[in-house]
Amino acid sequence: MADKVTFDLVTPSKLLATSEVEMVVVPGAEGDFGVLAGHAPIVSSLRPGALEVYENDKPTERYFVSGGLAEMVGDRLTVLAEEAIPVSELQADDMAQRVRDAEEDVNDATDEDVKARAQERLDHLRDIQQVLS
Amino acid sequence: MPSLKDLRNRINSVKSTQKITKAMQMVAASKLRRAQEAAEAARPYSDRMERVVGALAANVAGQEGAPRLLAGSGSDQRHLLVVATAERGLCGGFNSSIARAAKAKIEDLREDGKDVKILCIGRKGRDALKREYGDIIIDTIELAGIRQIGFGEAQPIARRLNEMFDADEFDVCTVFFNTFVSVVSQVVTEQQLIPVDPAANGEAPPDLGGAIYEYEPEESEILADLLPRNVAVQVFKVLLENAASEQGARMSAMDNATRNAGDMIDKLTLQYNRSRQAVITKELIEIISGADAV
Repeated sequence: MADKVTFDLVTPSKLLATSEVEMVVVPGAEGDFGVLAGHAPIVSSLRPGALEVYENDKPTERYFVSGGLAEMVGDRLTVLAEEAIPVSELQADDMAQRVRDAEEDVNDATDEDVKARAQERLDHLRDIQQVLS
Repeated sequence: MPSLKDLRNRINSVKSTQKITKAMQMVAASKLRRAQEAAEAARPYSDRMERVVGALAANVAGQEGAPRLLAGSGSDQRHLLVVATAERGLCGGFNSSIARAAKAKIEDLREDGKDVKILCIGRKGRDALKREYGDIIIDTIELAGIRQIGFGEAQPIARRLNEMFDADEFDVCTVFFNTFVSVVSQVVTEQQLIPVDPAANGEAPPDLGGAIYEYEPEESEILADLLPRNVAVQVFKVLLENAASEQGARMSAMDNATRNAGDMIDKLTLQYNRSRQAVITKELIEIISGADAV
């Protein structure tokens, strides 16, 4: 297990993490996937969820990401998140606020397609909220 | 030879000018710190976004059915230049250097027989270009009154560019702005926004060894979301870099102005003292020669 993944986590407002790690579990739009060194090139959009960084088979850091894009090329994993917060800094009422916002989005949606997407987002957020509490 | 009163008035007027430039310098310095932090914090995201998009662009280049934002419209006849400048002057060569670069580009393009249109961001760019190119400026986006540039300012501009591109109003979009290097150095930069230029960041696209990207969900869905967002992110970067450069340029320009005013006050004060002494000497001579004559 000598190979490492170069992992960058960036948001529009700052560079949150850049390091060499063993494995990263990314909350992809179609399911979580783990990225190890030598992973096939992949581009995936993200759903709201927890991004986990593994070191020696143990999760060392966890981030909440609200959406964005992950790209894996060679040994470099770049996560472009719309928003990312270390789970340790995440507050319960902040999360509740997000759930409320998502609920509003569902109620406000007029388009069926938009409504379905907003509902999906809300479900993800509720899942995360349950895990936290 | 100006009279003593004239000299005194001039010294006072230069002194009040100096107070203004000094105050402007200090205001610019405090704004600069915030603008610089914002610009530097946003850099990693836009750089990496550019790299990801560039890699994708290199990958789908030449393929059938590639999105237009990536592959272009198949022609480079009509150019749109986005000239991003400041809302206000008194910041040294900041606005004029951007305008100069834009003018050179316009002339180049015209020589090649291309059609050029201009979209100005910021009032000063329009002022500099409207005399020569007034007929091809399609609009000016003013950002006056915005204290801190947020992503919200970039989005409408990006949306507009995307809509214009979708409506087939131009083929290539290039943006001009100043990259912030340091307080005394801002570099005029020309960046092609649409279509994405894979070689733009000077890095060779990564070698996939013949492998093809996997897309989750579908390629078209990701690209449809990513490409317009990339335009917004790049516009956001342009606005932030420009804001920081403007404050930097203003700070050094005002610093120079304050120093020049100081030199001028010294020179005028010396002249004032000399003339006063000359007047006193003249009066003394008159009194003495008057007394001698009696």
